[in-house]
Amino acid sequence: MGFSATLGQTLYRFDDLGSLLARASPARSGDRLAGVAAGSDAERVAARLALADLPLRTFLTTDLVPYEADEVTRLIMDSHDGAAFAPVAHMTVGQFRDWLLSDAADGAALAALAPGLTPEMVAATSKLMRNQDLIAVARKCQVVTRFRTSIGLPGRLSVRLQPNHPTDDPAAIAASILDGLMYGCGDAVIGINPATDSVGRTTELLSMIDDLRRRWDVPLQSCVLAHVTTLIQVMERGGPADLVFQSIAGSEAANRSFGVNLAILKEAHEAALALKRGTIGDNVMYFETGQGSALSAEAHHGLDQQTMEVRAYAVARAFRPLLVNTVVGFIGPEYLYDGKQIIRAGLEDHCTAKLLGLPMGVDVCYTNHAEADQDDMDNLLTLLGVAGCSFVMGVPGADDIMLSYQSTSFHDALYVRSTLGLKPAPEFEAWLAKMGVMDSRGRMRPALEGTGAGRLLAGSAPQAGEAA
Amino acid sequence: MSNGTFDSAFDPWANLRRFTPARIALGRTGDGLPTDRLLEFQAAHALARDAVHQAFDAEGVADQLCSLAHVIVRSQARDRATYLQRPDLGRKLDAADKEALTAMSCPSKGSHDGYDAVIVLADGLSARALHDHGAALLRAVMERLAGWNLAPVVIARQARVALGDDVAAALNARMVLMLIGERPGLTAADSIGAYLTFQPKPGVTRDAERNCVSNIRPDGLPLPVAADTIGFLMSEARRLKLTGIGLKEDRPPELTNG
Repeated sequence: MGFSATLGQTLYRFDDLGSLLARASPARSGDRLAGVAAGSDAERVAARLALADLPLRTFLTTDLVPYEADEVTRLIMDSHDGAAFAPVAHMTVGQFRDWLLSDAADGAALAALAPGLTPEMVAATSKLMRNQDLIAVARKCQVVTRFRTSIGLPGRLSVRLQPNHPTDDPAAIAASILDGLMYGCGDAVIGINPATDSVGRTTELLSMIDDLRRRWDVPLQSCVLAHVTTLIQVMERGGPADLVFQSIAGSEAANRSFGVNLAILKEAHEAALALKRGTIGDNVMYFETGQGSALSAEAHHGLDQQTMEVRAYAVARAFRPLLVNTVVGFIGPEYLYDGKQIIRAGLEDHCTAKLLGLPMGVDVCYTNHAEADQDDMDNLLTLLGVAGCSFVMGVPGADDIMLSYQSTSFHDALYVRSTLGLKPAPEFEAWLAKMGVMDSRGRMRPALEGTGAGRLLAGSAPQAGEAA
Repeated sequence: MSNGTFDSAFDPWANLRRFTPARIALGRTGDGLPTDRLLEFQAAHALARDAVHQAFDAEGVADQLCSLAHVIVRSQARDRATYLQRPDLGRKLDAADKEALTAMSCPSKGSHDGYDAVIVLADGLSARALHDHGAALLRAVMERLAGWNLAPVVIARQARVALGDDVAAALNARMVLMLIGERPGLTAADSIGAYLTFQPKPGVTRDAERNCVSNIRPDGLPLPVAADTIGFLMSEARRLKLTGIGLKEDRPPELTNG
């Protein structure tokens, strides 16, 4: 099935739906690396012209990654909700973009529509959207999930406290956790990327956070971002696992490169549900994604990296996660070259995930070989705050000393919350007020004398002998 | 302090900083970073960025090798911007340089043909790391390879790890050791990574078939310690005829102590 469009005097042809999507995608280094990007700006717009006229239904009858060979495609096709899709079933991709921006597409309509949308429909439509469209549409979507805190309520922005350390030293990690709590961070999750993927160390770190949570009655959930099979063993041995984490991607082969498939995720999901550790909800999964991971695993099936990324969201939504985030600038400049590409990708990932009904957060981040700096991160963080992003990262001083990249800091979280009038999750906010971390005007100005915050610092700080 | 709250550049839990190198208890002004902390971060990032983009002085590194036989080559990535966006080109030797290396290849004689190993000094993501410690690390490694039939040292511009596979194939060497500048972090911008691959096959060899020793720099993994580990791995690789997940870094205690 071929497509074509004329721009000026030139007729542009596109061999198939996959190449049409790839040519229509905003420019980025990863699609050039894959050899699927448009050859010129004119070809890119020609592809968008052809894409705008494409009926949305086309995506229900075309498998971009073969159905027989890929369980992600089967998941997408087999779980599609035709009744939910009905209100937009007659539209083209261009008409659907118009409808998304219209007053008719309010929060209730978008929530009802989500099960009727496929990743490919959403990816295609996003390629016709400017950054402001991605922000405006995402802002209308409301996705609320719960475990011990509520993520995604209007006017709220949660933060994952990320206290990583190069050797998983418990005293060092505890010091970073206390610092983050004093800055009002941690309401999304306290999530540690372990240097060593082991059952013993994972259990030790989870127990440390669980002790802190119980002692100070903190409404929070914890997670060690070890491999899902490690967490299954931790749970089998009775370890205090709140959430199960896994990196996922948009094809069966790419997930295989991560050592997972849908059956393993299902097993882990059921094991975590059986523990019944959530107090106000049972969303127990935490997923990370990021454009370029499929190509990196040579499992992109000739598709562009953004379409592959949105397919990963179909995997995520099958397990009703508490949290999903794209690690947008982590993968490096061969996939997203500079601040402009990272910002665009972050807004795309957030909006498309929200349209599919996911509690999407973003790791606003970059590496030292990307053409990006703190100013670019400030821009993306602010834009995501406006777009209603569910959560961002909180890393001490924005410098992750284990993963060697720069993310957003506790200070950045304070900035975006105060500048845009956003608050922490309500359960966590009440705790911050009770402890004296937050003052009567809602600012994080910890008072330490005679307060819970002071007792927390005095009572849970690592002792001198624990220094590594 | 006033009314039980504060708004200052000081966090009263600064005593926690002794437990971690993480940037905790930075203090704040309003919700922002105090000026000294802001500039501290910018300085670290600037050093890292400069290390990524600094031009590789291959001739200067060659001069440090004194009388050692060497040859300078380049990858198919012509400049830094291309290198950063096209890792595939950084893994392939320039065609003319490949011919030049082939002309220097070790003649085959029966089943034990070829050089035992070739060592490559490559800019990777930090030319500065090679400028500062490349030659010293090379000498330390070579001191531990007495009796080896080594190819001339190869100095490579705009190189990724897998460029070594092309180099080894062209020179007819059975093993390649890449000493390559690592991606600079905020803490260190001068780390060398050592990648060892036995019988590399260009375009086929996977990362799981390599051994890696990372963070080699005076303030990280010291050069003599790294050279001991690399020398041990190379000897074991020659004995076991493999590298990768089947070759473990753990040395028997007597060797570690010796």
